[in-house]
Amino acid sequence: MKRFLLVVCLMLLTMQSALAEKMLRLATTTSTYNSGLLDFLLPHFEEETDISVQVISVGTGAALRLGQDGDVDLVMTHAPAAEATFVEAGHGIEPRGLMYNDFVLVGPVADPADLQSAESALDAFKRIAESGSVFVSRGDDSGTHMKELAFWESAGQELSFDGYRSVGQGMGRVLSLADEMEGYALTDRGTWLAMKNRLDLALAYEGDASLFNPYQVILVNPERHPHVEVDLARTFADWLVSEQGQRLIDSFQVEGEQLFFASAK
Amino acid sequence: MNSISEATTAALYLLISGDAELWGIILVSFRVSLSALLIAFPFAMMLGFVLSFWRFPGHWFIVTLNNTLLAVPTVVIGLTLVLLFSRSGPLGDLRLLFTQPAMIIGQILICFPLLVAMLHMAYQGVSRHAWETARTLGCSRLKTLWLITLEVRFAVLAAAVTAFGRIIAEVGCAMMVGGNIAGYTRTITTSIALETTKGEYVQGIALGIVLLLLALGLNLLVGISRGRSVQGAAQ
Repeated sequence: MKRFLLVVCLMLLTMQSALAEKMLRLATTTSTYNSGLLDFLLPHFEEETDISVQVISVGTGAALRLGQDGDVDLVMTHAPAAEATFVEAGHGIEPRGLMYNDFVLVGPVADPADLQSAESALDAFKRIAESGSVFVSRGDDSGTHMKELAFWESAGQELSFDGYRSVGQGMGRVLSLADEMEGYALTDRGTWLAMKNRLDLALAYEGDASLFNPYQVILVNPERHPHVEVDLARTFADWLVSEQGQRLIDSFQVEGEQLFFASAK
Repeated sequence: MNSISEATTAALYLLISGDAELWGIILVSFRVSLSALLIAFPFAMMLGFVLSFWRFPGHWFIVTLNNTLLAVPTVVIGLTLVLLFSRSGPLGDLRLLFTQPAMIIGQILICFPLLVAMLHMAYQGVSRHAWETARTLGCSRLKTLWLITLEVRFAVLAAAVTAFGRIIAEVGCAMMVGGNIAGYTRTITTSIALETTKGEYVQGIALGIVLLLLALGLNLLVGISRGRSVQGAAQ
């Protein structure tokens, strides 16, 4: 028995994990990872190039921070303002538009704030606050959170209103919480489509141009961090915006619906 | 979500059918936690032994410090290691962030104080004269340590089992330091956290079952070995 345990221990310890020689690290947002897009794209890329991609899936704020600290080789995020600051400050180079999807507001089926008759996305946000409905916020500095904050700011709405719940969690958790609390939430369409079958929520507002959600891929600046695999990162970014990468992005579906729309020029 | 039993059935199927991804995650968890335990254990054993057999200046300080470290949340350990290991941090050149060795270091830090505290208590059950007696009878220091450890083997085993349980079930530090990278630093607990975020409960339940079975197995091991020795003593 003892000998058996010892053998098992040694086997576990000496086994080498199968890591390819060429490896690069990508920090990205939960919306691209949890929706399954990267799991769909990466095998194609890895097969073609023999470069393995390790994915760290966090909010946009955290992803950009990992890039700034040089802990990843490239980032794929969706917060245009924060990304512009990131590039201007010299943390990242060669930002490229990759694809887009859009944000939607979801909420209780009964729609207590009457978002169905909202005239614009901004109006929809105002209605939520004025009706005192529950609104579940990411509260985690993610791209979705920044988008939501921009709406509240344009609406001139203080975040102290009764129904505002800042929960500091990922998109999926926020949707589950909105479901439990019968509240509204701003979500990217991808996560919504992936999860809607499990939720008693309904699409409350969609379609405004201000809900546009563009994704960029940015390389970490090798002048700041000489150790980053900038060539591998560029290979990956090039592949993503290539005809084939863009075609694959367009072909990715969840529940029969296209989630991301390729937009590289 | 409407049916817990449905999800559990699917989870059991996933386990039994030998789903490669699932078993890969379990393997990573065991590798990391076993490595951490095996590295931390000898040092913790020596410190626990020294603390219970000798009084020296600073003794109380070490004990107090150790008990304080017991209360440090794992996310704080995780954050500290992230700051240290980040490429912009003081130890960035080691390239450790988001690797298994970094997770092992984190788990060593988590289980070490617990091991020291439990082993300290374990050795306190042995008369202090045992050391001198064995030494006078010509045993080497290491041999004496071994003999005394045998005396309290169940308490030592319990310490190892408790420490292992704590680090394999830990999520905060593993998530921050490991980064939850698929196939490399994704462990049972970080995977459960991720699957729950995605609203995919099946794999989460399957991994939860593994953790439960593990706890049951380890505790049975302690119970059975203790029961055997009691029987042996009675005969």
